[in-house]
Amino acid sequence: MSAAAQNGAAAADGAPPLSDSATVVVRGLEKRYGEIEAVRGIDFNVEAGETFGFLGPNGAGKSTTISMLCTLVKPTGGSARVAGFDVVNQRDSVRRNIGLVFQDTTLDSYLTAEQNMRLHAELYGVPRDAVAARLEQVLEMVGLWERRKSTVMTFSGGMKRRLEIARGLMHSPRVLFLDEPTVGLDPQTRSSIWTYIRELKVAEEITIFLTTHYMDEAENCDRIAIIDKGKIVVLDTPEALKAAVGQDRVQITTDDNEAAIAALEEKLGIAAKVAEGVVTFGVPEGEKFVPRLFAELGMPIRAVSVSRPSLDDVFMSHTGTTIRDAEDNAADNQLRTMARAFGRR
Amino acid sequence: MASTTSTASRLPAPPVAAVRVPASSLRSELRAIKVVWLREMIRFTKDRLRIVTSLVQPFLFLFVLGTGLSRLASAGTHGVNLRTFVYPGVLCMSVMFIAIFSAASIVWDREFGFLREMMVAPVRRSSLVIGKCLGGATVAAFQGVILICLAGLVGVPYAPILILEIFGLQLLVAFSITSFGVMMAARVKQMQSFMALTQMVIMPMYFLSGSLFPVSGLPQWLAILNRLDPLTYAVDPMRRAVFAHLNISPVARRVLDPGVTWFGWHLPGLFEAGVVALLGLLMLGVAIWEFSRIE
Repeated sequence: MSAAAQNGAAAADGAPPLSDSATVVVRGLEKRYGEIEAVRGIDFNVEAGETFGFLGPNGAGKSTTISMLCTLVKPTGGSARVAGFDVVNQRDSVRRNIGLVFQDTTLDSYLTAEQNMRLHAELYGVPRDAVAARLEQVLEMVGLWERRKSTVMTFSGGMKRRLEIARGLMHSPRVLFLDEPTVGLDPQTRSSIWTYIRELKVAEEITIFLTTHYMDEAENCDRIAIIDKGKIVVLDTPEALKAAVGQDRVQITTDDNEAAIAALEEKLGIAAKVAEGVVTFGVPEGEKFVPRLFAELGMPIRAVSVSRPSLDDVFMSHTGTTIRDAEDNAADNQLRTMARAFGRR
Repeated sequence: MASTTSTASRLPAPPVAAVRVPASSLRSELRAIKVVWLREMIRFTKDRLRIVTSLVQPFLFLFVLGTGLSRLASAGTHGVNLRTFVYPGVLCMSVMFIAIFSAASIVWDREFGFLREMMVAPVRRSSLVIGKCLGGATVAAFQGVILICLAGLVGVPYAPILILEIFGLQLLVAFSITSFGVMMAARVKQMQSFMALTQMVIMPMYFLSGSLFPVSGLPQWLAILNRLDPLTYAVDPMRRAVFAHLNISPVARRVLDPGVTWFGWHLPGLFEAGVVALLGLLMLGVAIWEFSRIE
């Protein structure tokens, strides 16, 4: 246990110590599907009122973890407590205290927004005399009060997601789980969803646990756990994570990536690699490095970009790959597995 | 956190107190049953096309088949109109098809995600299944009422007791068939498979039940299949109820309404209804068990 406990906590310097009074307490949580280990023993706490993000490529174990915390999937090892209740033994108590917004819509599109909300209130046993006021409050919060009589079928993707967030809040949960809350939405709608989430944090005393594979969205979290291949690789505030990288990211476009990498190694002593199709490496004070690069590399450079460390770089410095590449690899693996499955016949 | 303070200034005063959700109780389960039932009602009333289309089939059987075949069958029916004879069977059939459609909505709900909203709610799965089955039964029985209204057109009198008996039996059939459908829907994840599978079960059930022929004097193989068909025990009491209110010759009654026998024992109508109810409850139990196992 103690070795496993180091994964999350010890790697994250300055993170609060693992206490059992936190709103979400996860210890050595594991999920295995036959041979595949989707989640391999993770430990972390989410404190009350925190917005906590799980960041990682698709297939890293984010959804499996969130499903275990929401009591939808039984863990094969370890334990987790949400709002003080055990996710295996006190399932209904956990469910009464959490709100859920899934990746895919779970609304009844033939019903109106209000009917969907009232149905939820009944299923969750919201006291009858409190329903009307709460309904207005949460629908106002997501800007859908005026549309409450409309059939959900007529809603846009963003409106549906907002309605789901409002519905998840209907029974005043202590923790709101958002699984990829903005996936499949256009950039403008994504940012408006985030405005609602931030306002929600002001209006309600609520802990938010979300997963995302968008780096820019993870910035909205108080703390982030970066998850890759079923393990938490690092956990801290976005600022601390970026500061720890300490290097700017330089990307250069050349005619011959192999030669450029070799030249960087040989002439400048820099280990570079190809990420997202261009030669990528990190150096302190990137702008000052660029003139040297042109002077000393000894081969033509078509384009160069320097960027401050982002969460992308944090991810890269801990996993050696970018999120997008990790996802492409995962997709490739999936294709290969499928090809094998079909080939065998 | 810095970003949240900027939005705070334009937000209204602190909101009303958060709601308190009480612990699970019988009352909260009953509320869940009621709301699942209510959703079926809302969905049904919004779907006017379904109300109309589901009436087409019984009309075909009653007026096209009934009228067309009556010229061939007049010798065998001893003066009773064939439409009158098939009426009880058609009452069962229409209810049966509607009940299956109700259960099929679970497969749709799964496909469109809404099933998940219900499955993660802090209520027992049994409450969800019971609500669904009661909803299907109500919708089907409502449809049955329309067919009861047609009684006069096929020479069946509008006797209050008869109407009550028919309605009660329809509710029973609808409930049992919905339970059967829900039981299947727990396993079958695709709409096409669900419809194919239920057609494969429903059609033979209908044809073997004696809806379209008297159940006495059948060849042995057919008699056995007929007695094994659960629907037989719904159609027979329905027909007895109808025939009790007809003014026909004793010969016609003996031939057309012989009643179901087990090794020579004439089953009482109430016993037959009990068989249907028991099977319905059994399938409801299996459905609840299956849905409780789904994560």
